[in-house]
Amino acid sequence: MSENNAYWSANLRLVTICLVIWALASYGFAILLRPLISGIEVGGTDLGFWFAQQGSILVFLFLIFFYAWRMNKIDRDHGVDE
Amino acid sequence: MDQTTLNFIVVGLSFALYFGIAIWARAGSTAEFYAAGRGVNPVVNGMATAADWMSAASFISMAGLIAFVGYNNSLFLMGWTGGYVLMAMLLAPYLRKFGKYTVPEFVGDRYYSNTARVVAVICLIVISVTYVIGQMSGAGVAFARFLEVDRDTGLYIAGAVVFVYAVLGGMKGITYTQVAQYCVLIIAYTIPAIFISLQLTGNPIPGLGLFSSMNEGVAGGVEAGVPLLTTLDGLLTDLGFNEYTATTNPWLMALYTLSLMIGTAGLPHVIIRFFTVPKVADARWSAGWALVFIALLYLTAPAVGAMARLNIITTMWPEGTQGEAVAQEDLPDWFNTWEVTGLLGTEDLNGDGRIQYYNEGSAEGQAFAEANGLEGNELVTFNRDILVLANPEIANLPGWVIALIAAGGIAAALSTAAGLLLAISSAISHDLIKSVMNPGISEKGELLAARISMAGAIVVAVYLGLNPPGFAAQVVALAFGLAAATLFPTLMMGIFSKRMNSAGAIAGMLAGLISTCLYLFLYLGWFFVPGTNMLDSSQYLFGIPPTHFGPIGALFNFGVAFLVSRATAEPPQEIQDLVESVRIPRGAGGALAK
Repeated sequence: MSENNAYWSANLRLVTICLVIWALASYGFAILLRPLISGIEVGGTDLGFWFAQQGSILVFLFLIFFYAWRMNKIDRDHGVDE
Repeated sequence: MDQTTLNFIVVGLSFALYFGIAIWARAGSTAEFYAAGRGVNPVVNGMATAADWMSAASFISMAGLIAFVGYNNSLFLMGWTGGYVLMAMLLAPYLRKFGKYTVPEFVGDRYYSNTARVVAVICLIVISVTYVIGQMSGAGVAFARFLEVDRDTGLYIAGAVVFVYAVLGGMKGITYTQVAQYCVLIIAYTIPAIFISLQLTGNPIPGLGLFSSMNEGVAGGVEAGVPLLTTLDGLLTDLGFNEYTATTNPWLMALYTLSLMIGTAGLPHVIIRFFTVPKVADARWSAGWALVFIALLYLTAPAVGAMARLNIITTMWPEGTQGEAVAQEDLPDWFNTWEVTGLLGTEDLNGDGRIQYYNEGSAEGQAFAEANGLEGNELVTFNRDILVLANPEIANLPGWVIALIAAGGIAAALSTAAGLLLAISSAISHDLIKSVMNPGISEKGELLAARISMAGAIVVAVYLGLNPPGFAAQVVALAFGLAAATLFPTLMMGIFSKRMNSAGAIAGMLAGLISTCLYLFLYLGWFFVPGTNMLDSSQYLFGIPPTHFGPIGALFNFGVAFLVSRATAEPPQEIQDLVESVRIPRGAGGALAK
């Protein structure tokens, strides 16, 4: 059981890290923090606009593949893979 | 050959392909009917999920939805993709490990209660039926527009096509037709986008073109070398429109984005797609692949929107906004073609033989009109769907590309409708008939019940498409709000909280369901009957519109479930063991045999 607990807390840690980045890219840079990074220019507009229309989606993609890769490794490390 | 004949040929070929797949992918067992035998490759499932997810609205309307508002409507891009992160990390792999066929089945087993299961079935049916109405009428409109048949005939054809492959093949038939439909729709969407991006910016990738500089030789007095978005902002403000890249209300935008994200993660017809892959690890990868295929369209859509809007403005103002507007007889051919359909319309209000397009609803627009002797905006009809529909013609592409857009729009509507119909029919045959009403039903009997439920669901969907209830505009808000407030929290707590018991989950689901419906009904009318609303938009609680209510309904669900579960007994040991086993991937393959 304790091995399972260690596995589950490793999972929760990974999910938390990923969701912080998820929120930062969308709610953060693309919306609420947009004024803070408005000084950085990208193709005729600011970085926040780029995050809202392109960047956030690219970050989501990266996060899901990163999660799948890390999680499959955590499965193997804890001996619970299929 | 005229365009309509060409459209018929291309759409007809795509239907022949779907029928061929339907015959090849017949379902022989309930495992195949509900979950495609759990043998779908994760990349293939990702592609099917993308088609399942992207509806006629994503294909035809989303680019226009963004282009007419600009930055603020980026929330649709983020909301409808960010939900996959939640689904990949919080739901899909665990529900795949659980290894059953439907979403209410997990709710019923995890909360050891048929009441919980029935409440989940009700939520699922309300969400999916409201969603499918939009798909059926979307298919009808697509037929009407491209094949010049009337809308009702279009609906019957759409219903008949789905009937063939969904009743015959269930999830298995739907999966492989969705893969074909994805290919059709993504090719149709990207070809015109690439050409327009090349013409305007010289960059073949539309998502990069959006942030590039203008090419040489673009009409409309546009200066080469200036960024596309700066050019667009300039043209729009000249004509009295809002700046394309401006922010209006960031907090409301964030709340709506959250509502769409949580709603997306809680939509049953998407969740069940992840039951078709062989392993838990595949479910994780598959969510990533789904987003790859979705992103191909979603990264292109904002570029299509901005570029098409720029093209329309330079068409209307070929010498720039300071020069003369386009003369009526100089309007391009594609403009006249679409004017016939009623999606574009002009009226020479000041009788100067030219068509002036500007925003008559703003102070800046009125100043512009006064300075130029205008008596109102003369592009009187400008349907936002035109930005995608007319794209191939604006880019001077050959007729077969226009025909592909027709096949793509129909494919987008059919693939989403089929996925929704499967979610509805499996909840009826598996959750209501097999589990609640007649547990002794044989495998053969259940397969027959599943096919009959599917046929029944299609008949109801066609009927509702023919006679859409008066609340068509609000249904999407309802579907996402309810998915966010009911199924998502209940599923998530079922996995992440061992302590959550049946009383808590039922109370939570009802709290989410009732609070969301109440908020919608108070402002939009009881059961959306116009005129029965008791409050209006000036009285929004904390300024929150009903469309944005999903996350608050979800909070009610989480909160009530927590309090009730702490006040009642903890779930029995075998349920806690079940949660433990759902959290661990090992052993998922064994569920195949059940």
